[in-house]
Amino acid sequence: MAKKKTLQKALLSGNEALAHGAYEAGLGVACAYPGTPSTEILETLAGFKEIDVQWSVNEKVAYEVALGAAVAGVRSLFACKHVGLNVAMDPLMTSSYTGVNAGFVIVVADDPGMHSSQNEQDTRWVAIYSKMPLLEPSSPAEAREYIQEAFRISERFDTPVMVRMTTRVSHTKEDVALGERQVPPRPAFERNAAKYVMVPGHAYQRHIFVEKRLDKLKALAERTKFNRIEPGDGKIGFITSSVTYQYLKDVYPDASYLKLGMSYPFCDDKITAFAKTVRKLFVVEELDPFLEEHIKTLGVKCTAKDPSFRVGELTPESMPEIVAGRAKREKKVVKRPPRLCAGCPHWASFAALKKIDAFVAGDIGCYTLASLPPTAALHSCLCMGAGVTWHEGWRKGAPNKKIVGVVGDSTFVHSGVTGLINAAYNKAKGVILILDNSTTAMTGGQQHPGTGLTIRNEPTKQLILEDLCRACGADNVDVVDPMDVKAFAAILEKRINEDALSVIVSRHPCRLLKRQV
Amino acid sequence: MKDTVYSITFGGIGGQGVLKASEICGWAALYAGYHIKKSEVHGMAQRGGSVESHLRFGKRVYSPLIVAGGADFLVCFHHDEQPRLKAFLKKGGTDMTDFLDKVQELIDDPRSLNTALVGVLSPKLPISETCWMKAIETVFKPAIVAENKKVFLTGREIGRP
Ligand SMILES: Cc1ncc(C[n+]2csc(CCOP(=O)(O)OP(=O)(O)O)c2C)c(N)n1
Ligand code: SF4
Repeated sequence: MAKKKTLQKALLSGNEALAHGAYEAGLGVACAYPGTPSTEILETLAGFKEIDVQWSVNEKVAYEVALGAAVAGVRSLFACKHVGLNVAMDPLMTSSYTGVNAGFVIVVADDPGMHSSQNEQDTRWVAIYSKMPLLEPSSPAEAREYIQEAFRISERFDTPVMVRMTTRVSHTKEDVALGERQVPPRPAFERNAAKYVMVPGHAYQRHIFVEKRLDKLKALAERTKFNRIEPGDGKIGFITSSVTYQYLKDVYPDASYLKLGMSYPFCDDKITAFAKTVRKLFVVEELDPFLEEHIKTLGVKCTAKDPSFRVGELTPESMPEIVAGRAKREKKVVKRPPRLCAGCPHWASFAALKKIDAFVAGDIGCYTLASLPPTAALHSCLCMGAGVTWHEGWRKGAPNKKIVGVVGDSTFVHSGVTGLINAAYNKAKGVILILDNSTTAMTGGQQHPGTGLTIRNEPTKQLILEDLCRACGADNVDVVDPMDVKAFAAILEKRINEDALSVIVSRHPCRLLKRQV
Repeated sequence: MKDTVYSITFGGIGGQGVLKASEICGWAALYAGYHIKKSEVHGMAQRGGSVESHLRFGKRVYSPLIVAGGADFLVCFHHDEQPRLKAFLKKGGTDMTDFLDKVQELIDDPRSLNTALVGVLSPKLPISETCWMKAIETVFKPAIVAENKKVFLTGREIGRP
């Protein structure tokens, strides 16, 4: 193949580099719902006019739209944060069976250390569960390269491909050489019931295909240059992946490495062969013992990190500790905690909630910060949408308590609305507050259906939240500005004492939004 | 090019322009032909919490994070953050926090603190003035490039040995 002409170098984050790589690979459609640390992937792609880019309503929708575009013949991409992948799991699992047509890549960004997340799940397990190949870049330059390989693998093996980033890959910047865009020829879009209609009879045949595909992918994992042996002095060897590789290289420059860029399917033969070339073998990886558990089943003698290191992110400092077999020493670092901006409208909403001393079923967004003292007026944060559904559940479990549900505007559209329909249908009562600051603030201010603007800030159909709530079956829907303290308190007091299902849209724009104008 | 890797820890609180400061240095190092790794924190931390950015450049750089005791320079934007961040400094490393008060006196707009501090740091790094100027042109919107160059050069004077 002719070598691509290299254009210029730029200082890019892993997310930006990945987006550039996808652009170069001829990407046609990209869909996502925002989520740190993955958000900038779509934001960067939105800068390329050749690509159809959208903020979708949620991750399940994003996954399906992007996959659909791939089935119809253009290279497509879905991006999310780790917990976003949970929302997309339903289409994900069966898309392993349908396969693709043009390439389809899932980019998922894990957040070891929970810089901005509610858990630190290790999404590499999804590759095993769904029988899809998994690539793990360790730096921005690799992110650009790996995404291109991901599209090639996707088309060659008729499979979605997972590219797993982590916060330290997504948000590290590196000088990255950029190439030109090359759009591959488009495959034909044809009706193919046996492949795209997943009824039991068809799915059985496709499952056979999936198992065979896994064997072929395993053979690829054995020979790909993305699983690279770097011979060293032979005394110690590391099997590693992702950013951990970079940490180790700094601390142990003379060691031997098996650097896994394609970490699933496992390359058993390469692993076994590598193990023979070193006197002492270590498996070092962030979060769960994904590689470790498998390598141990091969009968390969190796040492892995103390289980205490499964919690939190690894750092260059933890490398010698892990090699020495020590447990993690919890360091107390006093960092200034984040808080709501001065003048944030959420302050006003929560001041009112604090006054009525309610149990507040909360959700995820900037407003989750209202859980911190001295406000401490938000009492739960489970997952997106649960502010509405825990409100219903709490009222069932504790009927005599004063309970309010709280959800942000973007979160309400993402997955709060289904909870509201459920509450109305099942005759639940109570008060749901939609904190409408006209943006997805937590992740940096993205548009959503309620703002009436697209990812490129073009005007579009606007979702009117109050109309939607009425249509869902709410008995009362009030729209109030929380900065109008008296009026807001009065409505809250009135609705909380009624035997009805009420929605209060607490509407006032985010402070940062105003500053941009 | 020598094998030396330069490591700089930037720290402050959300809204102070910490990431912008490391961004200027990163681009300057890029124009000077170095390999660069720079870490950032996004999301929650930017809501007024502690913000940290690590920059490392040299012929070949692996880790984007600096180990405790591994930084050649500490560029700190807030006195409250310094006690925590100084753990990053190498023995014999330079703590630029000493310049913080002086720089704050010299600038009219607190928003240019980041550019000014980078200016103070700049003569201590093997990067030419041309590269610094190009970096400022890259990082800032055209309307504020001239103003930032001026602030940078004021800082650079203070930083000269
Ligand atoms: C399934 C899932 N997707 C994405 C995220 C990341 N995330 C957390 S809160 C949030 C949106 C918050 O927007 P909104 O509800 O409008 O509240 P605001 O921050 O504007 O106050 C996002 C995208 C997540 N935690 N879970
Ligand atoms: S970004 Fe907006 S919503 Fe978030 S705390 Fe600041 S003002 Fe409030």
